[in-house]
Amino acid sequence: MADAMKRNTSSRLTKWLVAGPPLVFLTLFFLLPALIMVVASVRYPGEFGALAPLFPTRPGEEAGLTLENYGVFFSDWIYADIFAKSFGVAALTTLLCLAMSYPLALLIARSPRRHRDLLVLLVILPFASNFLVRVYAWMIILGPLDLLFSRFAVIVGMVYVHLPFMILPLYTNLEKHDPVLLDAAQDLGANGWNRFWRVTFPLSLPGILSGSALVFIPVLGMFAIPEILGGKDDWLVGNMIKESFLGTRDWPFGSMLSIMLTAGVLAIAGIAAWAARRVTVHA
Amino acid sequence: MTHSSSFVDAKQKRTDTRGYTGTLAISRFRAPVPLLEIRRVTRRFGDFVAVDDVSIAVEPGEFFTLLGPSGCGKTTLLRMIAGFDMPDEGQILLDGKDLADTPPERRPVHTVFQSYALFPHMTVAQNVAFPLRMAGRPAQEVARRTQEELDIVHLSDKAGAYPHELSGGQKQRVALARGLVNRPRLLLLDEPLGALDAKLRVEMQLELTMLQKNLGITFIFVTHAQYEALALSDRIAVMNSGRVEQLDTPDHIYGSPRNRFVADFIGKINLYNCSVIATSSESLRLSVAGLGEVWAPPHADVPAGTAGTFALRPEHARIVPRSQNPLMKNHLFGRVREFFYVGDVTTYVIDLDSGVRFQALLANSAPGRAKFFELGDEVAVEWPNEAGMFLSR
Ligand SMILES: Nc1ncnc2c1ncn2[C@@H]1O[C@H](COP(=O)(O)OP(=O)(O)OP(=O)(O)O)[C@@H](O)[C@H]1O
Ligand SMILES: [Mg+2]
Repeated sequence: MADAMKRNTSSRLTKWLVAGPPLVFLTLFFLLPALIMVVASVRYPGEFGALAPLFPTRPGEEAGLTLENYGVFFSDWIYADIFAKSFGVAALTTLLCLAMSYPLALLIARSPRRHRDLLVLLVILPFASNFLVRVYAWMIILGPLDLLFSRFAVIVGMVYVHLPFMILPLYTNLEKHDPVLLDAAQDLGANGWNRFWRVTFPLSLPGILSGSALVFIPVLGMFAIPEILGGKDDWLVGNMIKESFLGTRDWPFGSMLSIMLTAGVLAIAGIAAWAARRVTVHA
Repeated sequence: MTHSSSFVDAKQKRTDTRGYTGTLAISRFRAPVPLLEIRRVTRRFGDFVAVDDVSIAVEPGEFFTLLGPSGCGKTTLLRMIAGFDMPDEGQILLDGKDLADTPPERRPVHTVFQSYALFPHMTVAQNVAFPLRMAGRPAQEVARRTQEELDIVHLSDKAGAYPHELSGGQKQRVALARGLVNRPRLLLLDEPLGALDAKLRVEMQLELTMLQKNLGITFIFVTHAQYEALALSDRIAVMNSGRVEQLDTPDHIYGSPRNRFVADFIGKINLYNCSVIATSSESLRLSVAGLGEVWAPPHADVPAGTAGTFALRPEHARIVPRSQNPLMKNHLFGRVREFFYVGDVTTYVIDLDSGVRFQALLANSAPGRAKFFELGDEVAVEWPNEAGMFLSR
């Protein structure tokens, strides 16, 4: 009895020791900043950037809390429009990445075991060169073709940069599939298409989901690619946020945009999780 | 083929002794072509010959077993029948038609894999319905036949469960139902009971034979469990390093093994090197290492001087106390060294005076006593001439 209790306490202690450091780290550098952002989004901008004080230091000064930023967001279609455009670009990028990655991930997963590590290495090799260099390379390619500074160029850049984030989770999933399941399907009368559509594809849904999240979310916040490859019309949420902080120096407005973006992503993640629960079932 | 005719004989014998009637009609009037014919099939992996010039004919409605030690080529042969692998030489014919150009999905042959290979993302009902849907059956028929099949394997209440929620025996039954649901011409079973515990295994053996007899579907069953093969099969092909050593009914395999490998692989047996001293039409006189001179039943064309193996099943030997005079010509003296008591019978390991080991099996049938002899007892063993077997190596 006492022994069991001691064992229990010590195992709980181990659990805390293991979970503790990341927990502290995430609290300090994720949860806390997120809360600061929420608070910042309901404050006034300072006269020279940053935030106005919470309590007025001299008469007439804007101070305290306000929902004005959110009011601005909902009062003009232009913000909703940019949000919609951003989510559209992110969705299109995700779809294109998926369409290009799936065959490749499948190919790697089904190639001889000794070749797989090399192929995976090739997939992540682009990370070895600088992000900006890779994006500028597209300027050199697209410039002469007269395709630069367009929505097309933005999508090309987005897909190019985020492709590995789709390939890797897909490969990790597909590589785990038991090949005997495909033998069984074929044995029971399934042709090539049915073996893919009824066995491989449904079993790979978790991989598709995590790959999509890893592409969709970063694309939403991405500002460098639209700035380098896109025209003025191709600004996305990321550019607006960046501009608020570094351009107009309106921190509360930038914070508000970030919060709205997070809310949008969470809403989509919620819908995806709900849909996934209905579709993937137990794997 | 001599095998086919002995199959018919055995079927009739089984019908007489056990009252089977199910497959008699089929087997008595033997089809002009066998259901499955494996014709001189060879399969090599590099220099290694996994299946070596194998010829087998399987009749409709038969429970046919491939039995052999690990690595003897059973799975390789099965994969070629299913279409996942191709013979390097020889042909595989179904109903007289060569299967070489038919891919697995178009062969009317289904496989029950050792690991079951159930689709983890489908419910039990969806798994069982899979072959019907692949065959393009209308939805109503799919639902009805899936339900029927689940009833047959007693899993109707698990229709909505996922494979990971099932026990080993239940998974086994789902795999079986899935393989049988659209009534293939042939069901291949690759050690389907290997992963089950002993008690469940016996239960499933019974279900398997009943299912097979009721549905009349031909089974090719792979196992390396000899007793399972003897209990379930109409005929057995005993395989060793890619070759078929003997193809026969269980009683012939056990009672008249063709060579030392088969005798040794199936059941317990005493085996000694020997050579022929003299032959006559009534008996064979052998000189057996460790046993001396021994009489065995006559054997076709073995001239004096032929070397071979003398084999004797433990249950064919009688043990008596040494003090009691043996009555039979073949008898030897020794001492009980060990015994294995398993309830209904006891196997005695006896050290003969010549120094060699000898096993004899005795039924513990006398009421009121658990067994007849104790460690160290001085005994004599004896056996009738016709019990011994002379085997070529
Ligand atoms: N694809 C392959 N490449 C090379 N060798 C193979 C291949 N498949 C099988 N073999 C070899 O062929 C032999 C027969 O294999 P097989 O799987 O048919 O044996 P088995 O009788 O089914 O054995 P077990 O009872 O262990 O399942 C083995 O020695 C195996 O190593
Ligand atoms: Mg095998």
